[in-house]
Amino acid sequence: MTGEVVLDIPARSDFLSLVRLVVAAAASLEPTFRDDRIDDLRIAVSEATTNAIESHADLSADDRIVIRCNLGEDRIEVEIRDQGPGFDPSALAPPPDPEAPDRLEIERGLGIPLMRVLTDDAEIRSSEDGTAVRLVVYHTPRAERPDRIA
Amino acid sequence: MQLDVDIAVRGGWAVVAVRGELDLATGPQLRQEIASLVADGHRQIAVDLTALDFIDSIGLGLLVAAMKRVRSVDGTMFVAADDDRIRRPFELTGLDVALNLVPSVEVGVGTST
Repeated sequence: MTGEVVLDIPARSDFLSLVRLVVAAAASLEPTFRDDRIDDLRIAVSEATTNAIESHADLSADDRIVIRCNLGEDRIEVEIRDQGPGFDPSALAPPPDPEAPDRLEIERGLGIPLMRVLTDDAEIRSSEDGTAVRLVVYHTPRAERPDRIA
Repeated sequence: MQLDVDIAVRGGWAVVAVRGELDLATGPQLRQEIASLVADGHRQIAVDLTALDFIDSIGLGLLVAAMKRVRSVDGTMFVAADDDRIRRPFELTGLDVALNLVPSVEVGVGTST
């Protein structure tokens, strides 16, 4: 099945569950989409939407986040667009070393690495007017599912 | 989506059983529950995620913070999960080792000291 599903939500964390539900349901319309790939998509979308919500923390509670799901012949593309202040994706710290002695000192920083490893393509475009994250997951994986982020 | 957190003390372990979805909306509740257990003197914490439906990096992060808190008082903590959907984010990030991920509370109690 092809088509587009658009969600326009307030930038609030209590809408995260709804976003995951709708995206997973949209993906499930395609019978060849494997369940484990839909599970990966749910996490990736949750990570991107969490970042979008947090980017609005200092803005008006009326701000909106738009999630656009494009159902293609062989893939789903999900774009998460916010109106936050933006960031430089190339300046992100690498994911923390899980075996480092100080690993428990680092609570955050796993969202974008997880998003990248769980999808076939993850593109981040960010400016001072907002951030758009585009996630692509093919019905049939382009490569083996990885077992580590780094 | 609500997060249901049930706490039971069994054989010296405070078992924190979590149902629902663990994310930015619900994470603070679990963070507070574990912090309260440590503040009340509990030193053996079992986080039971075998009935959890979803976890993302926010959930992982709060468990990292919980482990740090438990260790700071010379306590012990493990996380139990058997569903691949829940185990996968731990394994992808390497936190299965740092957070003592085991398949069940029974296994965790049997192997933790």
